[in-house]
Amino acid sequence: MSVIVTDTGFQPDDWTGGYVSPEDLPPDDAPPSPLAVALPSDAHPEALAGQLDRIAMIRVDFPGPADGRGFTIARRLRLMGFRGRLRAGGHVIADQYAMACRAGFDEVEIPDALAARQPEDQWLFRANWRDHDYQARLRLDPDATTPYTQR
Amino acid sequence: MYRYDDFDAAFIRARNAQFRAQVERRIDGSLTEDEFKPLRLMNGLYLQLHAYMLRVAIPYGTLNGARMRQLAYIAERWDKGYGHFTTRQNIQFNWPKLRDVPDMLDALAEVEMHAIQTSGNTIRNVTADHFAGAAADEIEDPRPVAELLRQWSTDHPEFQFLPRKFKIAVTGSPNDRAVTKAHDIGLRMVRDAAGAPGFEVIVGGGLGRTPMIGKVIRDFLPKADLLPYVEAIVSVYNLLGRRDNKYKARIKITVHEHGAEKIRALVEERFAQLRPQFSGVDQARLAGIEAHFAPPDFVSGPTDAYATERDTNPAFRSWSDTNLAPHRNPDYAIATISLKAHGGTPGDATAEQMRVMADLAERYAHDELRISHEQNVVLPHVHKSDLPAVYAALAKAGLATANIGLISDIIACPGMDYCALATARSIPVAQEIATRFGELRTEHDIGPLKIKISGCINACGHHHVGHIGILGLDRAGVENYQITLGGDGTETAAIGERAGPGFAYDEITPAIERLITGYLDLRSGPEETFIETYRRLGAAPFKAALYPESTRRNAA
Ligand code: SF4
Repeated sequence: MSVIVTDTGFQPDDWTGGYVSPEDLPPDDAPPSPLAVALPSDAHPEALAGQLDRIAMIRVDFPGPADGRGFTIARRLRLMGFRGRLRAGGHVIADQYAMACRAGFDEVEIPDALAARQPEDQWLFRANWRDHDYQARLRLDPDATTPYTQR
Repeated sequence: MYRYDDFDAAFIRARNAQFRAQVERRIDGSLTEDEFKPLRLMNGLYLQLHAYMLRVAIPYGTLNGARMRQLAYIAERWDKGYGHFTTRQNIQFNWPKLRDVPDMLDALAEVEMHAIQTSGNTIRNVTADHFAGAAADEIEDPRPVAELLRQWSTDHPEFQFLPRKFKIAVTGSPNDRAVTKAHDIGLRMVRDAAGAPGFEVIVGGGLGRTPMIGKVIRDFLPKADLLPYVEAIVSVYNLLGRRDNKYKARIKITVHEHGAEKIRALVEERFAQLRPQFSGVDQARLAGIEAHFAPPDFVSGPTDAYATERDTNPAFRSWSDTNLAPHRNPDYAIATISLKAHGGTPGDATAEQMRVMADLAERYAHDELRISHEQNVVLPHVHKSDLPAVYAALAKAGLATANIGLISDIIACPGMDYCALATARSIPVAQEIATRFGELRTEHDIGPLKIKISGCINACGHHHVGHIGILGLDRAGVENYQITLGGDGTETAAIGERAGPGFAYDEITPAIERLITGYLDLRSGPEETFIETYRRLGAAPFKAALYPESTRRNAA
């Protein structure tokens, strides 16, 4: 089982639809249904170019806390125009929560054991990830509506 | 010098509070050592051979008196009364206790300093020419751009868990004093045809076990494109860099394996995507930063005192011959304070010495100090009439060694004395060589010569780019030192070539002596430097000097 972390804390996983891999995306003319894609950490997000509009959710895998590829993957997906739900899943630690949000993730999915060792308060500690953000300061145009994260 | 605004100050406060909590969570077990490790590294805390080591950033090597004094205070309060200046313009404290580190970081924050991203697989402290803002040959002061890069890279959400560490160096001068070609990204300021300043962008340089000279992937990058371009490079690297083998993870290997052309194409594509993100807010910030680096109010006045002292005090004359560099203002000089006293530890300064340097900066150098990658301290703006007083004060503090750029001005990594990865000692080797040539009193005759020593293949002592490089290895439990010749870390960068079989610990100083004797015989005159002679004649006669027996055997 796993726990979903957002700015409001822990909650159970409400996504029951399962995932497909990028290679197994149904053809364009298949009957529309909420589509969710699981990307491994070595994925090239460009593989999803042209498909993003019909994808409701993308889960990017984090095999370990030292593997930061998922942060770049998330940023690219957002810059490519993905507006759906974006989830970082796997071995993400509380200290990476702010980075995940700033890179464009909406939520983090962690295994129960990790949630037990790093309880909710340790994640909520970084719910203020919008503060003290050098990136926002360097590119956010006060008059513009698209911040760094494009969320 | 850059002064924090409210944002910077609040950022550091919040970050230090986070780290304080992380230390507590490590102690109470919420964080495993594996999880804590990247977090402590992001905050400059290493685990060394005997203890933790805190590496504090001195961004682009610039300090003032108050900051230097605070470093002295930290050294006394939480360490053993000294600090070690490194080849990347950092200072290391070698004996802190884990529980004290959050307090040390708070003490740093009081003077607008930090230890953020001085280690770990992230963008490290951005380094710059230590003569920036003072050098006579400069196009523009590179430090505002270095500060912009510091802000951009600090806590960058995408780049805290890169495949490997990532080092950026900037120089504003055609004479490269920042070793830009041996960095992951090197930025060399150049002008375009219209005279506008921009950068030549060099990628994939690095030393370590696979030394590489960086490749130019953009001949001219307009200044305003800097952040998106650098972000494009690091972003491409984050996905492409190898994570399966730590020794193949640096961008130099990525560039080598994929080719500079492919990397350039990927970077340009990514750059096109990122460029619109930077709407000019960054350039407005840069303009604000530039204002902090306005040149000091240089005073004009007679410089006779300097000439008189040179005529009457041979020790001062000798020091001013080696330790001064031309300033852009002819009434001024750039004075380098050697942290290479013969027989001392290269780069070490006691708290007392730090205070002396802080006082001198405040009194005579418009309150500025620099740390050089050659592990010395620089007073960048000294009016020539003040030099005799500066010299006298330095001499009293044991800081007046007249050896900048000479054979005893050795770069040495910490080696076996501190470093957990070391395979051999390096500090004692540097001490012995310096002591020997100090006794011989020949170093001024030998002239400019760079010896660089690393205690293992990771090459933190930059031995590959030393005119003479020394690499300490472990051969079946015995220290063995390999010599490389002909390396160069400047705009004419080159990797040194291995001279031949290694030497035992007690053979290394005599070997260097043979090499130098050989050079003195070979040079066309006193004005031909070691590296020039080497380039003119090639390695053969130097090898013959180094290995007389094998030459004799071959001749027989
Ligand atoms: S070169 Fe090796 S011994 Fe020297 S500091 Fe680096 S890792 Fe340590």
